[in-house]
Amino acid sequence: MSAPASDIIIECRDVHKWFGHFHALKGINLTVKRGEVVVIFGPSGSGKSTFIRALNRLEEHQRGQIIVDGIELSNDVRHIEAVRSEIGIVFQQFNLFPHLTVMQNITLAPIWVRRWPKSKAEATAMELLERMGIPEQAHKFPGQLSGGQQQRVAIARALAMQPKIMLFDEPTSALDPEMIKEVLDAMKALARSGMTMVVVSHEMGFAREVADRMIFFDVGMIVEEGSPEQIFSAPQQERTKLFLSQILSPRRMN
Amino acid sequence: MLAAWLVYLILRPALTWVFTQAEWQVIVTNFRLFMRGQYPDEAVWRLWVGIYFLALVMGMSWGVWGQAARTFAALFGAAALLFVLLPFSLNARLNWVGVLITLVAAMLLARNRAALKPWVILGWVILLPLTIVLTAGAAWLPFLSPVAPRLWGGLLLTLMLTIIGNTLALPLGILLALGRRSSLPAIKSFCIGYIELWRGVPLVTVLFMAQIMLPLFLPAEIRVDPVVRVIIGLTLFEAAYQAENVRGGLQAMPRGQFEAAYALGLNGVLTMLFIILPQALRLVIPALLNSFISLFKDTTLVAIVGLFDLLLIGKTTLAQPDFLGKYREVYAFLFVVYWAFSMMFSYASQRLEKTLGVGTR
Ligand SMILES: Nc1ncnc2c1ncn2[C@@H]1O[C@H](COP(=O)(O)OP(=O)(O)OP(=O)(O)O)[C@@H](O)[C@H]1O
Ligand SMILES: [Mg+2]
Repeated sequence: MSAPASDIIIECRDVHKWFGHFHALKGINLTVKRGEVVVIFGPSGSGKSTFIRALNRLEEHQRGQIIVDGIELSNDVRHIEAVRSEIGIVFQQFNLFPHLTVMQNITLAPIWVRRWPKSKAEATAMELLERMGIPEQAHKFPGQLSGGQQQRVAIARALAMQPKIMLFDEPTSALDPEMIKEVLDAMKALARSGMTMVVVSHEMGFAREVADRMIFFDVGMIVEEGSPEQIFSAPQQERTKLFLSQILSPRRMN
Repeated sequence: MLAAWLVYLILRPALTWVFTQAEWQVIVTNFRLFMRGQYPDEAVWRLWVGIYFLALVMGMSWGVWGQAARTFAALFGAAALLFVLLPFSLNARLNWVGVLITLVAAMLLARNRAALKPWVILGWVILLPLTIVLTAGAAWLPFLSPVAPRLWGGLLLTLMLTIIGNTLALPLGILLALGRRSSLPAIKSFCIGYIELWRGVPLVTVLFMAQIMLPLFLPAEIRVDPVVRVIIGLTLFEAAYQAENVRGGLQAMPRGQFEAAYALGLNGVLTMLFIILPQALRLVIPALLNSFISLFKDTTLVAIVGLFDLLLIGKTTLAQPDFLGKYREVYAFLFVVYWAFSMMFSYASQRLEKTLGVGTR
C-alpha cells in the first residue's frame, strides 16, 4: 500500500457477492497498478468470471468497495456508464454484434458514446484492425470470420474506446488450438504497449511471458498471489500446487 | 403424379366455368364499388396519384436493388398489365398504362445509381402518410378537399385498415414489449395488463366497443368518424399481439449481447435501439408478418359494424336486381383478391427474411 494513490487504478476492498444464497465472492482484496498485467487462474466455478465482471459492474457486488480510476462503483448509473467507457472487456464467446459489420461493431460506441465524428472513428478502427492483423475483414460480418479473427475484432472493438483498463475473461478457451496463438500474440503486444490488463486465463505460457502478477482463485477467494516465477517455481499453498500440476501436466505445449 | 392428376380433375371444371360459363358482368359493372366503395368520383384522381407514386418508388427500388425488389415490381407490373387488358373504363385502362410506364421509367432512371437509395427509402417511408393525406384530404389543403373516411369502401378500405392498423400497431407493440421488461413495476404491470386484456377480447367485441360504446363515453361535441374509430380499435387490438411477437424476439436474445453493449458504455436506450431490437425484430419477422396477414383477413369483420369493406360490398352487389344469384362469380372474385394479397404479403415476408438475413449466418 505504499504506492501513491494515482498509481493505483483498481482497488478492491473486501468485495462480497452472493447469487441468492450462494456466496460466490468471499472478501476479495486486490489492488492493480497502472500498466500492470494481472493473470487470474483457478478451478471452474471459483468466481473468476464473477470477479472480473464485477470490475465493470456486469455483476453487482453486495459488500465492500470497488474503486476504478478514482470512481467507486455504486448504483449510480452515471458512474457505471463512465467507468464502463474506461474499461474494455473481451469475453470468452466474443459477443460481437452479428447484425453489424466488423467496422460498425468497432465504431458504434466511439460514435455514440464518445461522440466522435464517423471519419475519426473509422480511421481509428482501421488502425486497430491493422494492429490486429485483419484490416481486410473490415466490411465483413462477424459470422463470416474465423473464431480467432472474431476475437481479435472483439479486442479491437474494446480498444476503440481507448480504455484505461482491459479485462479478458478466458479469451482463448472457445478457440480451436490453431487460432489461440494469433489471439495471444495480439494480447502480448497489448501488454507490452503498457496497457493495464486483468486476464482470466489458463494459458500458462502467456502468463509466464507477460504477467506481472498471478492470482490463484478458489471457492470465491484469493488463495495465493505472486510473480509468475514464484507461482510456477515455488507455490506456497497446497491447492495451488495441486491445481498447477493438474493443468500443466497433461497439456504442456509451449 | 397422383396429386397432379387430382389437381387436374378439380381444376378442369373450375377453369371451364371461369372461361365459358361464368358471367363476369357483375364484377365489371361494380368494379368501382369493389375497389373504392362510395369514394367520390371527383376525388378518384388522388387515389391514382397514390398508385403512381407507388409505381415510382417500386420502379426505383427495382433499379437500385435489382434482384431483391425485382419480383415485387414484376408482380406489380403484371397486375397493372392485367388491368390494362381487362374491360374496364378507357380512363382506368389508360391510367394503368401510365402506371406501367412510370414503373419501367423509374427503374431505368434509377438503375445502377446507388446514390438514390436514401431517396427510395424516404419514398417508402412517406408512401403511407402521403396516401392517407391524398385519400382523406383536409380542409386546409389546396385541391384536397376532405373526403370523410366513412365513404371509403371496398378494397380501398380493406387495405387502409390493414396497412394503417399494422403500421401503427407495430411501434406500439414494440413499446409494450419493452415496457413489459421494464424494472419499474408501474410500467411493467400496465403493459402486462394491457396485453392480457386485449388478447382476452375477441376482435368482434373490440369493433362493437369502438362503434357503439365509444361514442357513449365521448362528449357529444366530439364525433369521430366510424372508420377512424375502427382503425383505432384494430390498432390497439393488434398492438397486443405484436407486443407478444416482439417479446418472443427479445427473450431469444442472448445475455452476451446486452453485456457487450453495456460494457462499451452504451446506455439502455442505445443498446435497445442499435443492438437488441434490430436483431430481435429480425428474428420474429415471420411472426410479425403472420399477424399482419391475420389482420388483413380479420378486417372482413368490420362488415359486422357496418363498414363497407370488400366482403360487404360483394354482398351488396348480390342484392342488385341485375345480378341476383351471381354469388359464385362474386365470391370467386373475392377469393382471388384476398388470396392474391395474402400471397403477396407472405411472399414479402420471405423476401424480407432473406434480404435481412445477410451476415447473421
Ligand atoms: N447468474 C448466476 N446465478 C447464480 N449463480 C451463478 C451465476 N453466475 C455464476 N454463478 C455461480 O457462481 C460461481 C462462480 O461462477 P464463475 O462463472 O465466476 O466461475 P469461474 O471461475 O469463471 O468458472 P469457469 O472457469 O467455469 O468460467 C459458480 O458456482 C456459478 O455456478
Ligand atoms: Mg468463467
